[in-house]
Amino acid sequence: MSQRNPTISKGVDWSLVWIWVVLCLIGITSIFAASYHEGENVIQGFISLKTDYSRQLLFFILSGVLGTFILLTDSKFFTATANLGYAFGIFLLLLVFPFHSRVKGTESIIRFGSAFQLQPADLCKLFVNLALAKYLSRVETNFSRPRSQLIAATIALVPAAMSIMQHEMGLSLVYFSFFLVMFREGLPPSVLVIGFSFAVLVVATLLLEPNTLAIILTCIALLAIYIMRRQVKRNRSILFMIVGIWFVCVGVQRFVVPFVFDHVFQPYQVKRIYDTIGKDYVPKDQAAEASIENEQRKKSKSDNNYNVKQSKIAIGSGGLIGKGLLKGTQTRYDFVPEQKTDFIFCTIGEGFGFLGSILFLGIYTLLLMRIVTIAERQRSVFSRCYAYGVASVLFFHIVINICMTVGLAPVIGITLPFISYGGTSLLTFSVMLFILVRLDADRQMVLR
Amino acid sequence: MPVFNQSRSNIIRLIFAGMFLIIAAQLFHLQIVSKKYQQQAQENALFRKSIYPSRGIIYDRKGRAILNNTILYDLMVTPGQVKNIDTAYLCQLVGIDTTEFRHRVLDARIKNGPFRPTIFEDLLPPDMYARLEENIWKFPGFNLQERPIRVYPFNAAAHIMGYVGEVDSSILRRSNNFYQLGDYVGRSGLEQYYEKALMGQRGIEFWIKDNKNRLVNHYQDKSLDTPAIAGKNLRTYLDIDLQQLAERLLSGKTGAIVALEPSTGGILAMASGPNYDPNSLTGPDKQTNYARLALDVSSPMLNRAIKGQYPAGSTYKPIGALIGLDEGVITPASGISCLGAYLACTKPVKCDEKVPGHAANLRLAIAHSCNSFFCNTFRLTIDNPEYRSTRKGLMKWKEYVNAFGLGHRIGVDLPSEDGGNIPDTTAYDKDYNRNWNSCSMVTLGIGQDKMNVTPLQMANAMCIVANKGYYYTPHFVKSIDDAQGADSILSKYHVKHEPVTHISDDVFNVVQSGMQDVIEIGTGRPARIPGITMCGKTGTAENKQRIDGRTLKLHNHSWFVCFAPRENPKIAVAVIVENGGYGGTWAAPIASMIVEKYLNDTLRNERLPEVNRIAGSNMMPKYLVRVQFRTDSMRAADYANQTGDSARLLKYIDKANRAMLLDTVDGSRSPLLAAIRKMPNLKPLTPRVTAAPTPAAPAQKPDSGGHVPALDTSAIHAVRHKAKADTVQKPLDQKGDSTQR
Repeated sequence: MSQRNPTISKGVDWSLVWIWVVLCLIGITSIFAASYHEGENVIQGFISLKTDYSRQLLFFILSGVLGTFILLTDSKFFTATANLGYAFGIFLLLLVFPFHSRVKGTESIIRFGSAFQLQPADLCKLFVNLALAKYLSRVETNFSRPRSQLIAATIALVPAAMSIMQHEMGLSLVYFSFFLVMFREGLPPSVLVIGFSFAVLVVATLLLEPNTLAIILTCIALLAIYIMRRQVKRNRSILFMIVGIWFVCVGVQRFVVPFVFDHVFQPYQVKRIYDTIGKDYVPKDQAAEASIENEQRKKSKSDNNYNVKQSKIAIGSGGLIGKGLLKGTQTRYDFVPEQKTDFIFCTIGEGFGFLGSILFLGIYTLLLMRIVTIAERQRSVFSRCYAYGVASVLFFHIVINICMTVGLAPVIGITLPFISYGGTSLLTFSVMLFILVRLDADRQMVLR
Repeated sequence: MPVFNQSRSNIIRLIFAGMFLIIAAQLFHLQIVSKKYQQQAQENALFRKSIYPSRGIIYDRKGRAILNNTILYDLMVTPGQVKNIDTAYLCQLVGIDTTEFRHRVLDARIKNGPFRPTIFEDLLPPDMYARLEENIWKFPGFNLQERPIRVYPFNAAAHIMGYVGEVDSSILRRSNNFYQLGDYVGRSGLEQYYEKALMGQRGIEFWIKDNKNRLVNHYQDKSLDTPAIAGKNLRTYLDIDLQQLAERLLSGKTGAIVALEPSTGGILAMASGPNYDPNSLTGPDKQTNYARLALDVSSPMLNRAIKGQYPAGSTYKPIGALIGLDEGVITPASGISCLGAYLACTKPVKCDEKVPGHAANLRLAIAHSCNSFFCNTFRLTIDNPEYRSTRKGLMKWKEYVNAFGLGHRIGVDLPSEDGGNIPDTTAYDKDYNRNWNSCSMVTLGIGQDKMNVTPLQMANAMCIVANKGYYYTPHFVKSIDDAQGADSILSKYHVKHEPVTHISDDVFNVVQSGMQDVIEIGTGRPARIPGITMCGKTGTAENKQRIDGRTLKLHNHSWFVCFAPRENPKIAVAVIVENGGYGGTWAAPIASMIVEKYLNDTLRNERLPEVNRIAGSNMMPKYLVRVQFRTDSMRAADYANQTGDSARLLKYIDKANRAMLLDTVDGSRSPLLAAIRKMPNLKPLTPRVTAAPTPAAPAQKPDSGGHVPALDTSAIHAVRHKAKADTVQKPLDQKGDSTQR
């Protein structure tokens, strides 16, 4: 495209950059709409750095500068430092344990002074992405071997496990999105299918009575045996396999899920999950109940069920074309808590309605499709894996965040990329994207 | 390897697209299909704020505002903003202690949350407001809010004007949700009757509220708002000076005064005693005042001018004469020889006049208020051979009397008027087993028997005599300022009613002359005013009342009706003073003062001492004290029974009140005594009571003396002694037993 500065812009995919700019501007506008109060001086508000939207603007500019620096670096730098970065990320995650400060119920944040804070679990997905790409692109890696698959999964899931230990369910789930990269690189689809089935089973366990579900599972198993009776006659092992699956399913449904809910999850997390599927969670004992109350007090005055309800009202009241910028009554008058961060989509939903939301989703779709296209045109495996990693992480964030606001997913604190208020989030995603642009600019090179 | 997995990129694209489609579907569901979210958003964020217009002002005939609006202030508190204030100083200003302060702030927080202003102290008295206004800046979280209230500048016409109060559930239901909880509506008097005109039109403002229910902004720049339209002013016939005089004259009495303008039916004054201060029901203490008024057994809130039902007594006689004349059963020349009693029926009807020839013609009969003549006239009317039966005659008579505005609601523009009673054949069929004749109810002819009338009806009847045959329905409101459709409300007051049609003006003149003679030479001499030809009629109505479950004959009611001047009647007055004795004693002077004040615009100097004498005399029935004591003590006993708290009961059972305590017809079943017996910790009725030699003796004290003549009190006492004799014994015996144990 532009030929002004051949050293930087040569091979740069400007469409990605433009989408990034558009998304960031939408984000700043949304934060402005959510926090602006009538009568304030807009220009002063943007310059003062005291308002949230002005800070977001600053971070946007900062991201742009950082992005320019990234475009100026050599692509080889990223392959060279990938493992080091991963080690650094893990080190930061470890550092959290002794040095974390309790903010909003998480134990994942390190504070430097009063103004600056760092959430390694958030930052680390960049390093994991690079490290995973590096591992997958090694000449000696044969990803069809289970051992390699296991190592790749470990690379992705170690930070996830550490995030869980820091009570950041949402961020840890993000690392599961790297399975999409592995899928692209040859992970058997059965892994995804089994994972999906497992999720369905867990949800069904929560929704249905244990005995009902057991009967349904048994019926499915018997039906499967009946349908495959010819194969079963020929090969007994199929029968054993079906019975085995049935056994595992019932086991999960009867013992694993209750055990995990009672002993692994925090009670408030269980409550959120129950809230999402629309069931009342009755805490087992006093301690759990107290824990939920405690958690609610720390979070905000109202529970997450209230958040989602208000969020749905805000989005639902947008109608077809919305109320217009700054006209949304729900988002403007603080009915939706956490509105500038996790629930920023409400502002768009209420202000611009169904058409605006679809357009907004369209921009995201464009971004993701573009990244996949870019990924497929890479010559080097590293670049491709990295691109898929970016796409997966973005996809996971977008889908979970929006599903959260429209009531399709439990409330787990996950930001909307480029839109939500928050410097760390914006910087991380921008850096991830600009590294991709840099790598793509050198797509003719084979990076190892 | 990349090549053989190439197809998976499409699967990934599909996964991306699929998830986005699911989200789009949910968005479609939320934003397009489901309408409830839009509604919930409105409920969340929109607040319909009612803007109350100022109520209409009521003026008297000279344009003076007798019911106006003023502004008082409420002290509001926003609990969340109360910080670092000198609590003690504020408490001192408001006159509460710090415990009460904390209590109220906590209450406000519970009621409306920490972010919305709640009333801390309502309707501040002016001096407290002045002190607070000066210092309000020292108290963040507190502010003063305007509250328009009604004010009665003349402290008069409480019964006529009525008062406003918060709507209750029945009004809410009846109004079809027009009113909302917390709205103020007229609850009695003109305030209620002309509520629609007075209230004006409520305005609505749409406000946006935030998550803490604070109103933050106008919705859509006020484009949907409707402004409030002020209530319409009422112009009345009332003369507030006259009204004040009437109320003053009635102070310390039960009774009523009604003054009408015969040519229009306009009400010049309407007073009812006992009275109350209308401003006591608007200011800061309205709740306590209302409770006090409502619990007063003399019912000061009862408008006796339209709700008091009294036997008409002799004041009915001019009407009886007119009916007889219209029917043609008597002529102005008709006479009767009366020697002090009407003896034609088995039971003689006494006549106060014994001089022979005092009923030689109609004029004389009216002037001397001859009972025999009017008993005779009544019998002639219902035994009229034209109708061939007494039954039909009675019904015809009733028709006439009803046409005179008696026996049914006359239609004055006040709510809850009473109609009085004019009996018909069914009442006597029941009493006499269908076996009666004109003698059975002969005293109807002198306004007794089952006849009950209201003072307003009698004043109106006087208008008919004054107007020589017609009347307009009495009403207060002359016009409603700039009101469309006001005619429809007021049109019924412009209809001329003509109850008698066969009587010539000459014949009316005879009746009027008789009534003029009443003033000049007859029973109504105390009402005479030099320079004014007045026509009047006294009345002395027998008064029987049920007290303590027994019907007693109490002191007669004193009636006087009149109009003046005779040639060009400008005012018609009806006055009743309960238990006042002869019509000439109390009612006549009161009526004449009203007439004089109205016609001459002032009272002669020599009359002022008389005004003071009348205004200063206390004629409240003595039994009221006892009735009041009993109802209060019973309420206290009920309270003690329900709560086990005898705090309110104690004052009723001290030594001074003991006689009152036992003063019921059936003392042993007195709930008060029962309540006391149930309480072991109370020792008011120790054997000292049993030792009291004559328990009835102190009971006489409150009744003896005062204005009640000896005859009446003795009648009450007779009943009382009898009741005591068999009731006091029982509780004493029981007490005796308990002390033995």
